[in-house]
Order: sequence, then structure tokens, then C-alpha cells
Amino acid sequence: MKFIYQTWWKVLAVAIIFYTLIAGFLLGVPRLPIMHETIRNTYFHVPMWIAMFTVFTISVIYSIKYLSTGKEEYDLVAVECVNTGTFFYVLGLVTGMIWAKYTWGEFWSNDPKQNSAAIAFLLYCAYAVLRNSIDEEQKRAKISAIYNIFAFPIMVVLIMVLPRMTDSLHPGNGGNPAFGKLDMDNRMRIVLYPAFIAWSFIAIWIASLRYRIRLIEYKRNEIN
Amino acid sequence: MKKLAFLTFLLLGYTVAFAQQAQPVEMADTMRSSGKIYVVIVTIIIIFAGLAIYLFTIDRRLKKIEKNK
Repeated sequence: MKFIYQTWWKVLAVAIIFYTLIAGFLLGVPRLPIMHETIRNTYFHVPMWIAMFTVFTISVIYSIKYLSTGKEEYDLVAVECVNTGTFFYVLGLVTGMIWAKYTWGEFWSNDPKQNSAAIAFLLYCAYAVLRNSIDEEQKRAKISAIYNIFAFPIMVVLIMVLPRMTDSLHPGNGGNPAFGKLDMDNRMRIVLYPAFIAWSFIAIWIASLRYRIRLIEYKRNEIN
Repeated sequence: MKKLAFLTFLLLGYTVAFAQQAQPVEMADTMRSSGKIYVVIVTIIIIFAGLAIYLFTIDRRLKKIEKNK
């Protein structure tokens, strides 16, 4: 846990994002019809989802840790990771909708990817509702940890697996790999992969800040 | 510092040979040649710099509160 109090990785993440902002606009991209310059959205839309996956994964790890040790702090980590993940979820969904408007023609075309992403979003909204509906602390922590552990694989199946089994407008669906040779090349990869790492760390940073605030609140309530 | 150097080395490892594609598809070339794309870059960099500074200030204030405990 010492890691979240250190500064070097925060500076590094910010620096890498600056790099992706500059290189993402200046480096060449494949010339594709319909997509045109919107292909550069890949550098910003996809990392939102990767950041979301990162914090949700951490949240599941801490939910399991909470259940095995009963330490209240682990529950706080799990909650704040889910909260941050939901924020990035909204960013990913909204950027995807705007991109869809100018490439697929509609903000929402009931595409399998969009629909299952919306369902998975409700899954995590239900997590927040479930938490807020239980007053007793330990009961709340236990039930929401179990819910979280089950919600995560369902979310992965909804977003990553089910849309790939049918035809979808979204790249990476209907049988083709996510970043195929058709729409990506190495010029994009040198921006995209650093962006994945950097945005994941930004998400972890925000989650850690929220966790530290919540920890202070928790300790204050404990004394009273 | 060692960690930083190692990480930057890893990131630079992505630099691979650039491939060229020949296919006349409309892109924002005129905007680029007249140099206006840099305006957009500066704008988003200012926005992100502001957000990053904001996060760092929250971090510092939290550290102060945690020390006072």
C-alpha cells in the first residue's frame, strides 16, 4: 500500500499522457475510408476502457482480500476502485457514442457492443445501490464484496465475449481480432500501448486519492 | 530513478519501423500543413496539464491532513 503514497509513478503517468497527446495528433495514421482522422480516437477512447478494467480488477482483488481477512480498509479500496471505474466507464461510453455518430451514423444504433456495455453499466450501478441500502458496516462490506466478485466476470463476458459471438459494428467483433492488421499499424501502437499504461495509472491514482479521503472519514467516524 | 530509466527504456521499445500505405483517402492534410493542428494540441495539453496539477494539489493537501493525524 506504500505504492499509492509515492510520487514517481504519478509523474511518469502524466508525462506519458503528454506524449500520447502530442504524438497522437502528429504521427501518421492509416488512411481509411469513413474513419478518416477519427481513427485517432483510438488513443483516447480505448484507454478509458483499459483504465476501467484495471481499477475494476484491483477492486475484485481487494474484495477477495476483504473476505479472507475481514480488514475494513480493503473494503474501502474495493469501493473506491469501483467508483473510479464507473467514472471511466461513463467516459468510455460517451466517447464511444460520439465516435459512433460520425462513423456508424447514430449515437446509439443498438449494436450488440453498445447494448451489452449499457447492461454491464447497470450491473455496476446496482453495486452502488446495494451498498447504500445496507446500514450495518460489516454486512454491507461482505455482501458488496461478494456481489463485486460476481459482477466482474459477468461484465467481462458482456463486454468482451458476447459481442464477439455476433455481428457488431465495433472493431474486434464478429470473429475478427480487436486490433486487426486492417485498421492498425505500428505507428499507432507506439502511441496506443503507452496510453493504456498511463491512463490505467491515472485511474489508480484517482482511486487512491478517493480511498485516502475515505480512510480519513472512516477513522474519524470510528473515534466518535 | 532506476525504475524510471527502465520504464522509459521499455516504452521506447515500441519504436518500430514505420510502414507506408498508398491509398488516396481524405485526411486533414490542409489543416496540418497550415499548422493549425498545433493549436488543438496546445489546447488539450493545457487542459490535461490543469487536470494533472489539480490532482497533484489534492494529493499534497491529503498528505498534509494525513500527517496531522
